[in-house]
Amino acid sequence: MTTGAPATATPSVSSRFNVGSILREPLLGPLVALVIAIIIFSAVSDSFLNPQNVSLILQQSVVVGILAVGQTLIILTSGIDLSIGAVAVFGTIVMAQSAGANGPVVALGSTLLVCVVFGAVNGGLVTTLRLPPFIVTLGTFTAIQAATRLLAGSETYRVEKGPLTFLGTSFRIGSFSTTFGVVAMLLVYLVMWYALSQTSWGKHIYAVGGNPQASNLSGIKSGRVLFSVYVVTGVIAAIAAWAALGRIPNADPNAYQNANLETITAVVIGGTSLFGGRGGVGGTLVGTLIVGVLRNGLTQAGVDNLYQNIATGILVIVAVAVDQFARRRSQ
Amino acid sequence: MTIGTSGAPVLEARGLVKKYGSVTAINGADFELREGEVLAVIGDNGAGKSSLIKALAGAVIPDSGEILMNGTRVSFKNTRDARAAGIETVYQDLAVVPALDIASNLYLGREVRRKGIAGSLFRRLDMPRMRQEASQHLADLKIGIKSVNQAVETLSGGQRQGVAVARAAAFGRGVIIMDEPTAALGVRESGQVIDLIRSIRDRGIPVVLISHDMPHVFEVSDRIHIHRLGQRAGVVDPKKRSMSEVVALMTGAEEPTDEERAGL
Amino acid sequence: MFGKRNRNLHVVGTALMAGSLILGLTACGGSSSDSVKVGLITKTDSNPYFVKLREAAQAQADKDGAQLIALAGAFDGDNEGQVAAIENMVGQGVKGILITPNSSTGVLDAIKKARDAGVVVIALDTATDPENAVDATFATDNKAAGVAQGKWVKAALGAAPPQVVMLDGTPGGTVDTFRHDGFLEGFGITNDSPEIVGKENTNGDQTKAQTAMENILQRAPGINALYTINEPAAAGAYQAIQAANRQAEITIGSIDGSCTGVADVKAGKVGATVMQFPAKMAELGVQAVVKFAKDGTKPSGFNDTGSQLITDKPVAGLDSKDTAWGEQNCWGTASK
Repeated sequence: MTTGAPATATPSVSSRFNVGSILREPLLGPLVALVIAIIIFSAVSDSFLNPQNVSLILQQSVVVGILAVGQTLIILTSGIDLSIGAVAVFGTIVMAQSAGANGPVVALGSTLLVCVVFGAVNGGLVTTLRLPPFIVTLGTFTAIQAATRLLAGSETYRVEKGPLTFLGTSFRIGSFSTTFGVVAMLLVYLVMWYALSQTSWGKHIYAVGGNPQASNLSGIKSGRVLFSVYVVTGVIAAIAAWAALGRIPNADPNAYQNANLETITAVVIGGTSLFGGRGGVGGTLVGTLIVGVLRNGLTQAGVDNLYQNIATGILVIVAVAVDQFARRRSQ
Repeated sequence: MTIGTSGAPVLEARGLVKKYGSVTAINGADFELREGEVLAVIGDNGAGKSSLIKALAGAVIPDSGEILMNGTRVSFKNTRDARAAGIETVYQDLAVVPALDIASNLYLGREVRRKGIAGSLFRRLDMPRMRQEASQHLADLKIGIKSVNQAVETLSGGQRQGVAVARAAAFGRGVIIMDEPTAALGVRESGQVIDLIRSIRDRGIPVVLISHDMPHVFEVSDRIHIHRLGQRAGVVDPKKRSMSEVVALMTGAEEPTDEERAGL
Repeated sequence: MFGKRNRNLHVVGTALMAGSLILGLTACGGSSSDSVKVGLITKTDSNPYFVKLREAAQAQADKDGAQLIALAGAFDGDNEGQVAAIENMVGQGVKGILITPNSSTGVLDAIKKARDAGVVVIALDTATDPENAVDATFATDNKAAGVAQGKWVKAALGAAPPQVVMLDGTPGGTVDTFRHDGFLEGFGITNDSPEIVGKENTNGDQTKAQTAMENILQRAPGINALYTINEPAAAGAYQAIQAANRQAEITIGSIDGSCTGVADVKAGKVGATVMQFPAKMAELGVQAVVKFAKDGTKPSGFNDTGSQLITDKPVAGLDSKDTAWGEQNCWGTASK
């Protein structure tokens, strides 16, 4: 633009629903990686792409996939939640124990309440005491894990087939069989995608994570935004707890010990920046699928469990490195 | 159109004081911004000009003294109040969210919802409208950005400055304050920002320009407010004083005339 | 435009890395063939016990011309990982699955689905609860092993009034419960007996056992007998006892039969241990699956793979073998 130039044309607005509005640039990398992985594995193993295996990959991703949505929200605010898996596991114990005495509806309600309370505790400590989320959630993670063992008394609790295992029930679409848990996971992604991209709450989340001073100067109440994000994550953990019991109708205090790291893996591989303000749940879905495809595919190819972990670890480092590199270039 | 040295006062401050413990940040400072003018605010480091500006923008609440807008006394408890009164600030670090697009940044904190149920029940934002209006604001200020869908981080420094300025101009009905807008820019982009400042003034909104860059100050401002030791030392006319004289006034090597001391 | 370069960077970078990584690892993996596929799912793949199990299974599979697919949980207690492993194996067309379940109850649904799909499921080392959720179980009779340890420790004490400490594993595990109860039976006491002066859980972990023993030594100075759930726990406890210079006064019993454990018995640190035969479990398991694939006969019931008391201080009326024999038949490596 030069001084004294004639009136410039009004910039383009293209508000048509184009693919680009969902597939923002950072999503393309992980998506391509996913496609390549699928192509390679289907070449190596003929049973990889058949409908049962695809359904299996989806089902095995449900619990961590749902939790990863909550983790995405928190990482977008440049926080992190190490307690997310522990909250969900606590939720499963509450659900199973409560069901025995009070029936499924009360069980679901109690689980929701408990998980929301934990989310509020995390959120409260982060916003009012201004403690770093890493420290806060490290503390709550340790405490909640211990509380789970105390509550469960080192036993596991079976859940009766019924409303509490509903998310494990399968149904067919044509010849493809899947579970309601997969549907629930996709619904959670859809709702959060909508919230992040189509509501002011979503924009404020990006603002608080991307430039906290800017959001304060714009009049955004960052404290409220942060608190709400942690509470919403509590709700998501409750849904994950329900899905977990659907998948394995047995509430086990030892379960999902690594879920927090697995959700962070999915989020990071999906392109969301650990430094906040950049990324989204679309990437996390791709990241979750990449991890699921990788594990399933490498298992089918006969690769040892430990090598699978190495592969996942390298993928995380690559994803963060690419994000860092891109960030530096954009400064 | 007159140069504005004799327009009605839009934003004034009288005898503002702010102390932080034993440190006096604002020491009985006066301020006057007139209709249709660009008023530069200059002062050495530590002179207290940023504290003064923060008080005017609502970021700092003065201990005593008064602030008036269009002759009426106002008191701002926070930046929100100041913005509600029509004072918009373009900060030195621009205060933009890098990963969000231009339209979202422009409307940050002031997002527009769709009409009807989509907006009220589903809280859906009216992105097409925001994009449309954002494009219009950019075009009005002749800022050359091709698409408002881009993330702000993909823009050059000058373009980002343009977006920040457009945001202030879009919502600033009373006053626009700019804090060191050309500090991080190269020659060409600084020129673009100077043009922007002129555009805003020509649209009828007075501008407060805080800057260290003397050539820019002399190029675009109608009057220059010199701040020293927490107070206004005086206001000079850039046509009547040279750059070196103004610098001397700023450092205290020279004293202003009585007329200048009284605010011209 | 700057943005486009970023996008290309993302795509190319991630894609290249992911692609080469996957190709590389896939090349390292096993190849498929038309032979019978046998699945093995251990609790973890780091514990030498399960390493031995896997090696023996691999050897037997090679002998029988079958293909072994070995997976494991991510940590001791990882039920989800084992459930996923079962599902994946069924999808890959295994004829049978051998599993050492992390959770005796949590894995039942997955096992049922596998059996419904025509896959024979055999529990190794640890029984499911209920036991008949699987087609067959090949395991040590852990109760009998506990009894042997109990009898030996009682006899080794002679006339001294017993003050017993029990270092258990993970509460709720079937193996733990059987060994614990077996020891009580062999020793001739019950959980409420006054002879028991201390009880701690160690998760079968050496470090935890050491800490637990140190704590117990503080508050129960008169101990002379120690029951341990397994040899790592015994080793940890011995460290604590030696540091307190009381190794001459305390008789330690253990179970497992690892080469490290046998060495400890030989060195006189542990009085006696009861050996298990994981290799036998694996061999019998693989053989059963191969047989099922061949003629459809399913194995059934609880099959005791045996246990053997190992000690250099035999007591009358109790069958035992010395450490030389133990060194011949132990599992794991004899490293310290």
